[in-house]
Amino acid sequence: MPLVTLMVFAPLAGAALLGLLPREPVAGTRRAALVFALVPLLLALGVLRAFRAGAADFQLVERVAWIPAWGIEYRVGVDGISLLLVLLTAFLTPVVVLASWGDIHRWDREFYASLLVLETGMLGAFVALDLFLFYVFWELMLVPMFLVIGIWGGQRRIYATLKFVLFTLAGSLLMLVAILYGAWQVQAQTGAMSFAYERFLALRLSPREQLWLFAAFALAFAIKVPVFPLHTWLPDAHTEAPTGGSVILAGILLKMGTYGFLRFAIPLFPEAARAAAPWLVGLAVIGILYGALVAAVQPDWKRLVAYSSVSHLGFVVLGLFAFEPTAAVGAVLQMLNHGLSTGALFLLVGMIYERRHTREIAAYGGLWAVVPRFAVCLLVAMLASVGLPGLNGFVGEFLILLGAFRTRPVATAWATSGVIFAALYLLWMYQRVAFGPVTHAENRRLADLGRRELAVLVPVLGLCVAIGLYPAPLLRVAQPSVERMLARLARPVAGVQVAAVGEGR
Amino acid sequence: MTAAFAGNWTVALPGLLVAAAAMLVMLVDAGWPRAEQRGLATLGLLGLAAAAGAALWRWQVGGPTSGFMDALRGDRYALFFALLVCAGAGLTLLMSIEYVEEQGLAAGEYYALVLLSAAGMVFMAAASDLLVIFLALEIMSVAVYVLAGILRSDVRGNEAAVKYFLLGAFASAFLLYGIAFFYGATGSTRLGAIAQAVGRGGLTPTMLVGTALLLVGFGFKVALVPFHVWTPDVYEGAPTAVTAFMAVGVKAAGFAAFARVFAGALGAAAPSWTGLLWVGAALTMTVGNVTAVTQTNVKRMLAYSSIAHAGYALVGLVAGSPAGGSALLFYLVAYTAMNAGAFAVLLALGRRGEPHETLGDLAGVGFRQPLLGLAMTVFMLSLAGIPPTAGFVGKFYLFSAAVDAGYVGLAVIAVLNSLISVYYYAGVVVQLYMREAGRPAFPPVERPALAAAIGAAAILTVLFGVFPAGAMEVARAAFASLR
Repeated sequence: MPLVTLMVFAPLAGAALLGLLPREPVAGTRRAALVFALVPLLLALGVLRAFRAGAADFQLVERVAWIPAWGIEYRVGVDGISLLLVLLTAFLTPVVVLASWGDIHRWDREFYASLLVLETGMLGAFVALDLFLFYVFWELMLVPMFLVIGIWGGQRRIYATLKFVLFTLAGSLLMLVAILYGAWQVQAQTGAMSFAYERFLALRLSPREQLWLFAAFALAFAIKVPVFPLHTWLPDAHTEAPTGGSVILAGILLKMGTYGFLRFAIPLFPEAARAAAPWLVGLAVIGILYGALVAAVQPDWKRLVAYSSVSHLGFVVLGLFAFEPTAAVGAVLQMLNHGLSTGALFLLVGMIYERRHTREIAAYGGLWAVVPRFAVCLLVAMLASVGLPGLNGFVGEFLILLGAFRTRPVATAWATSGVIFAALYLLWMYQRVAFGPVTHAENRRLADLGRRELAVLVPVLGLCVAIGLYPAPLLRVAQPSVERMLARLARPVAGVQVAAVGEGR
Repeated sequence: MTAAFAGNWTVALPGLLVAAAAMLVMLVDAGWPRAEQRGLATLGLLGLAAAAGAALWRWQVGGPTSGFMDALRGDRYALFFALLVCAGAGLTLLMSIEYVEEQGLAAGEYYALVLLSAAGMVFMAAASDLLVIFLALEIMSVAVYVLAGILRSDVRGNEAAVKYFLLGAFASAFLLYGIAFFYGATGSTRLGAIAQAVGRGGLTPTMLVGTALLLVGFGFKVALVPFHVWTPDVYEGAPTAVTAFMAVGVKAAGFAAFARVFAGALGAAAPSWTGLLWVGAALTMTVGNVTAVTQTNVKRMLAYSSIAHAGYALVGLVAGSPAGGSALLFYLVAYTAMNAGAFAVLLALGRRGEPHETLGDLAGVGFRQPLLGLAMTVFMLSLAGIPPTAGFVGKFYLFSAAVDAGYVGLAVIAVLNSLISVYYYAGVVVQLYMREAGRPAFPPVERPALAAAIGAAAILTVLFGVFPAGAMEVARAAFASLR
């Protein structure tokens, strides 16, 4: 059974079915959307079951000829890295659907359909093993996100959504040229045009070519991550997006960028990646510190969380470009962790916004006494984001810093201070919001989290705790694949040792 | 003798069928004054279907590829364009049926002119002699000049017609002058003879002048910068259905002859003209896209965007390789579907005397008329080159050919232009879904034929985007027959 393909297209089918359902009653639409979002989760768990942990190769590979004239195949499969991100995607989407029940009050059907199309794009991009296919899914994500921010967003939604689209496309279009160049090089070297991932891995490129191609790929991914100074679209998009959109953006779409680095930019162009590493590490550290400092001074709660993403993703980039196995595994884990903890923070901000219709931190205070359940959830999410030992954020950041210190001690030392800054701005935020007297009369009548909202938060926070306590299974899944990616860096010249990185069928 | 005779007519068959349909429509209209306008349109559609069927039949069974002493070709290249023109003209007729009724146009004249023009287009793609190209081009153009001004009481339409006619005549003169130079240099207007002459001794100075003059003539028809200035006014002023026809049909036929002359006959001397086309492509894309950004009238914006698309298509000709030529052909297919669709959506929004075609008029349409909004979104995504649409695959094909031929710089210019274009195409989607309606919209009118045209265009746009392999193979075979 083509499990991976089913999983990728199940949400698309769900979106189509949603379009056929009547617009009223809204409750029916919402339930149907939840069901359609749970189907891919079940399929993703099926993929997890079928996956053999401990192997580095791609598994469950499915392939069909698509555009034979160009050697383009529909080819999908998972390895340890993509499996974890697929699970994250499949897990967060139903969470987001459920959370959006309280947030989306017009054009529900269209909203959930957009989310489901988006899920197909994300899952497809994570499992694609043909660069053409990857590009198609990569761009496919753009359209629903454009609609989600633009239709259901806040005041400045149109500005934010256009900025998001144009920034993303600016990078990805140049990546397209690089992909084309690579495909023609494949033809020149093997006699047949192909966009297959392993053919690209086998390419022999001059250092000059590598550098240009790496630059094009890296630009696309760096915008998506976002790496400082390409981050300016992020605060706008995150702040203006509806809660569900922010969660997906922060939780998954940003990981597209770091995943792209790990899957494509680094292993395809290892020498260029090595040459560029000092720059990217430097930018990552700047991002960590800059994001943290800017987050600290935000009066807007959601913007604070948005900037904290810039800082947190800086750790991931540092982990990837340290070229050290421990750091890279930590980076993969941190992609997951950030998706969960920042996702939870955005969910919580959204929930309180639904009650008070303001995101000013100053408008709150003393929530601990008024809405204790909310305050506890916020505490867990916040501490997970800070990186408190026992919660998931700690494991990832610790592994990154531990590994990166071996190869990049100075940068890592600076990055470590980012951890302290994170504690500073997040704890301070928590203090202003949850502790102290209730300063605004409106806050006295706030309702605490309901059953639906707990159903949204508990799985997410539960995973934060579980990963924090026992991350070993995840590490075991990711490690072989991560090491295989990094192994390409160790070799002097890429391409000759292709056999070692052949695909598993 | 008889075999050659029959061969001549089989070569010309698709074009003749279209022309015959035009005559028939005219005769029926004259002979039966009470004839239903829908009947006339059906007659026209049947004629186009017959021509397309003939082209398909010829594609399948092969047969003579040259007729009338090689003045006309029946190669797969010609058949490909016959099919494309029939599809474009068919979409035009389909979207015109209700329009002709609502505007009270003389149905017989209108349909006959569209068909006559389509016949000219088919012959233009089949012509293998510069003079025949010129004749076919004039058949096509004169009919379109009239169509542009067919709303006789509409000031903008009249302006469009006069402007198009004057500038078009001017451009035709350039073309004719270029033909004269080639005749002077080679003693023939047959493309075959010219190709031989060029193959022997390259472009002589006389031929070089001729080439430049031909470039002006073709450049005008496909709206290359700097011969594009007529486009926005004419596109905006002409009735929307006619604009659609101009945008897809005239452009496709123009490129058909353009590529047959340049990639075919002058192919051996490619190094002497590709530089010029490189600059032309870069300028055309950039000017078209940058100017489109500032437009508030969607029809005018689509006019500028059509200029930009001519620039993209030209990239295929610059590449000069089989891949480039096939990419050009595939792109014209994608362009026909998505652009005809976009104009048809504009038609659907307006009503008699009150065209709704500014950006503000699109506000809120996405939720008021979900299917119309969805279709327009598909067309805009495709025009912007975002997967999974035909426009994406087309651009991918073109840019891929450019990269392969070593024109990485041009490919980069082209993708940056795509980025600019996303801004205004996304702007349309913003209006559809993200803005509140400014002025009250008309209650949606039932227009089944127009809806069918939009639906067909949307389905084709997505179909060629998701499963492009078949159409690409057809485009490849078509271009291969040129050499």
